[in-house]
Amino acid sequence: MEFAELIKTPRVDNVVLHRPFMPRVEGTLCLTGHHLILSSRQDSNEELWLLHSNIDSIEKRFVGSLGTVIVKCKDLRIIQLDIPGMEECLNIASSIEALSTLDSVTLMYPFFYRPMFEVIEDGWNTFLPEQSFKQIESSTDEWRLSYVNKDFSVCPSYPPVLAVPKSIDDETIRKVATFRHAGRFPVLSYYHKKNGMVMMRSGQPLTGSNGRRCKEDEKLINATLRAGKRGYIIDTRSINVAQQAKARGGGFEVEAHYPQWRRIHKTIERSNILQESLIKLVEACNDQSHNMDRWLSKLEASNWLTNIKEILTTACLAAQCIDREGASVLVHGTEGTDSTLQVTSLAQIILDPTSRTIRGFESLVEREWLQAGHPFQQRCSQSAYSNSKPKWEAPVFLLFLDCVWQILRQFPCSFQFNEHFLILLFEHAYASQFGTFLGNNSFERRKLKLPQKTVSLWSWVNRPQDTERFLNPLFEANSLVIWPSVSPQSLLLWEGVFLRWNRSSKCLDEAYDEMIHIIEHNKELQSKVNTLRRQLAELETEDVQLETP
Amino acid sequence: MEHITTPKVEQVKLLDRFSSRATAGTLYLTATHLLFIESNTAASEETWILHHHIAVVEKLSLTTSGCPLVIHCRNFRVVHFVIPRERDCHDIYSSLLLLRRPASYDDLYAFSYNPKQSEQQRAGGWQLIDLASEYERMGVPCDHWQLTDVNRNYKVCDTYPRDLFVPVSASKPIIVGSSKFRSKGRFPVLSYFYQEKKAAVCRCSQPLSGFSARCLEDEHMLQAISKANHNSRFMYVMDTRPKLNALANRAAGKGYENEDNYSNIRFQFVGIENIHVMRASLQKLLEVIGTKSLSMTDYFSGLESSGWLRHIKAVLDAAVILAKAVTVEGASVLVHCSDGWDRTAQVCSLGALLMDPFYRTIKGLMVLIEKDWISFGHKFADRCDQLDGDPKEVSPVFTQFLECVWQLTEQFPQAFQYNEWFLIQIHEHVHSCQFGNFLGNCQREREELRLKDKTYSLWQFLLNDQENYVNPVYQPGFSETHPVLEPSTLPFSFKFWRNMYHQFDRSMHPRQSVLKQVLSLKASNRDLEKAARALEAKLQKQGVFLSIAVDSKSKDPVHPVRPKSLILSAPLNCKEDEQKLSVCDRVRTVEGSSSAENGYNEEEEEPASFTKPEPTLVSLERGVARMTC
Repeated sequence: MEFAELIKTPRVDNVVLHRPFMPRVEGTLCLTGHHLILSSRQDSNEELWLLHSNIDSIEKRFVGSLGTVIVKCKDLRIIQLDIPGMEECLNIASSIEALSTLDSVTLMYPFFYRPMFEVIEDGWNTFLPEQSFKQIESSTDEWRLSYVNKDFSVCPSYPPVLAVPKSIDDETIRKVATFRHAGRFPVLSYYHKKNGMVMMRSGQPLTGSNGRRCKEDEKLINATLRAGKRGYIIDTRSINVAQQAKARGGGFEVEAHYPQWRRIHKTIERSNILQESLIKLVEACNDQSHNMDRWLSKLEASNWLTNIKEILTTACLAAQCIDREGASVLVHGTEGTDSTLQVTSLAQIILDPTSRTIRGFESLVEREWLQAGHPFQQRCSQSAYSNSKPKWEAPVFLLFLDCVWQILRQFPCSFQFNEHFLILLFEHAYASQFGTFLGNNSFERRKLKLPQKTVSLWSWVNRPQDTERFLNPLFEANSLVIWPSVSPQSLLLWEGVFLRWNRSSKCLDEAYDEMIHIIEHNKELQSKVNTLRRQLAELETEDVQLETP
Repeated sequence: MEHITTPKVEQVKLLDRFSSRATAGTLYLTATHLLFIESNTAASEETWILHHHIAVVEKLSLTTSGCPLVIHCRNFRVVHFVIPRERDCHDIYSSLLLLRRPASYDDLYAFSYNPKQSEQQRAGGWQLIDLASEYERMGVPCDHWQLTDVNRNYKVCDTYPRDLFVPVSASKPIIVGSSKFRSKGRFPVLSYFYQEKKAAVCRCSQPLSGFSARCLEDEHMLQAISKANHNSRFMYVMDTRPKLNALANRAAGKGYENEDNYSNIRFQFVGIENIHVMRASLQKLLEVIGTKSLSMTDYFSGLESSGWLRHIKAVLDAAVILAKAVTVEGASVLVHCSDGWDRTAQVCSLGALLMDPFYRTIKGLMVLIEKDWISFGHKFADRCDQLDGDPKEVSPVFTQFLECVWQLTEQFPQAFQYNEWFLIQIHEHVHSCQFGNFLGNCQREREELRLKDKTYSLWQFLLNDQENYVNPVYQPGFSETHPVLEPSTLPFSFKFWRNMYHQFDRSMHPRQSVLKQVLSLKASNRDLEKAARALEAKLQKQGVFLSIAVDSKSKDPVHPVRPKSLILSAPLNCKEDEQKLSVCDRVRTVEGSSSAENGYNEEEEEPASFTKPEPTLVSLERGVARMTC
């Protein structure tokens, strides 16, 4: 196998491992094709299994012949390995470096991973577009599924099946696709059952500097409007950025050609700025030498929470247009694969109670991120510790998860899942044994034959015994629209991710367990009282029966 | 009352502080409250503002819709009224100016507040907290510490309580001599005794040392404190001020202890800023967070430039140093600032809270506040602006103490019997002047006011409402595993206390409260347990020997004859139930140990390891083998 030549030293004894909030462990370090393993060979607790793909960067230091390798992971953890022997240390370091930066997707662990559990429900087939469309079909007949993209020729980043207005034929769609960035024509993202309003998303219109127009495009989006009603176009870029896009062939919908639509510009930052924001935030969280002023100014300078606020505000706006104004909405930025998806998916969290359940959220991630063509592979190939200059990397998905966490904090009883579920998705988007987040879009996933060759994350998560960890004990289903507060005082640093390895969460976890205990105890008592009542009632009726004859 | 000219104004608008929402209603002015009742809603919501809570009233310039009246309260409520006629607005404005701060204590709400309790109940309220038994609980008097009657008549120090504990070896002349060398006569006395190591936390004010003065009695006094603790050869003297402030004080004939003059002391500054800095800091903070459509950047830079969290951290840092010196080194510590009633009270009380689990209970916090704040003469009247006094004396020193406690409850959610509403309620009533506890500046003044005869005690009032203030996840056993709290004081461990500073801004808060939810579940658990017991008793009367089935699957719809069901189901179910109960008991009583810890370990495990296929050794070998072949 190819990995053998990359592993210069497969094992070293007497390596000391330092991890945050855990005792140091001395043991044997082994490198396999996909894992860095350290075992004391005594207790399974004293073991480390680290996926090479989870390694973001490494540093090495030497004191005499004792080498130290500092491994910085994509889940933001930092571990330290003390390795005796300069040569071994250098070998280990360069092997890790090579193994954690493999070029070929097909060499990634998901292609080698064999599940140790029985797959009851194959996650690859759980959330097919046809299935989610059935839901919509039951409440409206204005939409249809189009197979115009079945061979990915119209839009390579879209899935083969898409929901479009019933009155628009495939030929029109082909034309519209040529007018939208990367062929991303407007498609249905969400149908609001309460009032029949819809949310669509697309790429930017290719108006260019000479104001090109496309009658079919106008026809398509106008087809979604009720008679006499106006719709909203939410452009996730500032008006200046949108103007500048014209020079590169892009642009925005001008009022003259779209008189029934009102355009609103918001300012959600783009990928490289977001990546920088993440790097700065993590740097601030990891430096414990800061005094209060420095911490606050670093936190501010990272702009992370500014980004959170902006994204949430835009999502609230979209939700408001739909629910309060009773208008349909089209959301796009430039490509329609990043900020657009943040907005459309968060608006659904706000509007749609189903998306706040575990299944519903999985379906949302599947529809609005994976099938919608968010380029996970490009965005998540490096995290906050990468030394290389970012090309396509950006924590777009992490920001989305953070926004969901903010809403979860504000509505702690409205979500079926808990924080751990969001953290799990963060981890697996960056490094995983499952194939779910590999590839950049449906086309690539099909070419890689992921459903045949890898296991889906959902296959594992949806097993009842594994789902349990992610259930929110406070959940009480409610069908309401939930409006989060976006004031700075209401938004918090997501400690579960950013301070996870910097402060012990033992006390908080124990308190959480106690809360679960109280809730469980309540359920037990309730059923006990019910049983007793029934028993008593039975006895009493029997008494009556015994007395009467 | 003579101050009220316009008791009622109609068609008043109440503007929301952050959105542009406005509600119409009627404004009433009573002798004690300003009251706004919404007119158009069915529920007609009411806003009650106690006159004493009002910090600032502003009459803004006239607009087309009327005359705006903005009221800032000490409990951080900010209301913005628009009154149609300027004359009405002016009347209300001038009445409030007179009503909010009376000239004499007798006009405070506490003297007219009548909760319809019997005289006996009132007296009972005042007997709730007994400091004599608190000192006994600490373990004094003992071989080295005794009660002194030197201040029985407030002669030596009029801002101290009558009963004080000093080292046995400190004679009266030493005490009196020392008191003359200390600002306001506040000589070193015991604040907290850490029985386990016989180490003492003592408090006093700054010495009148100037540039070179010394006082043999004072040196003896410190020596006596040091000698009373055999566990340590030295004692710490902790000056809670920044060094620069202490240096400046020397020019005024005050200052700090010279290590050369006192044997076996280790002197240390901890750098908490003075009351004026704290007042300005809070004002800046409130300004920042009161801004409409505040941006994230302005929020953080405002939080930073206000310095509020920096000060909170400084106070907690000092308390941590104190607790470490006492519990780890076993050394006694003497704490002082300038007069020994602000920063000293903060540091001593928080230090004790870290060291002693008792203060983390509802009753314990009351005792702690009675001891270190009320009895030792924190100037509540001046600091909380109870009477029309010097605005430069006002400072949120006690608010900072409460916030520090809150920061600790966030870090140790199972260590405290009380929740944050308890802290917020105390804060509310420190400023409300509704109860006698916090009136006046010192014990002597309180006795002169005959508060115990004329007013009610807050503590009884809070205890009557206790179930709202209980922390539902509190574990009494936590104190056994963590007798001393070791909080993190890294900057990221401090949070902005939204529920305090925005307590009246509904739009800022989570719409669903975990605390409320869990509290009601706990209450429901109590009711259910009661119901279950009652039902069991009834069943027993009917001749059934405990046939409780916790599992609902055992429900059997056909029970033709009673005896049969008795024989068949009862013993089996009974056993099941016992098992279930014992499991619950185990989980609940062995807190923090095995089961909970295991949960933690699972969390800490490798994310990839849940699919860890085989036992270590085998998989290691296989892994290596696989890739080398």
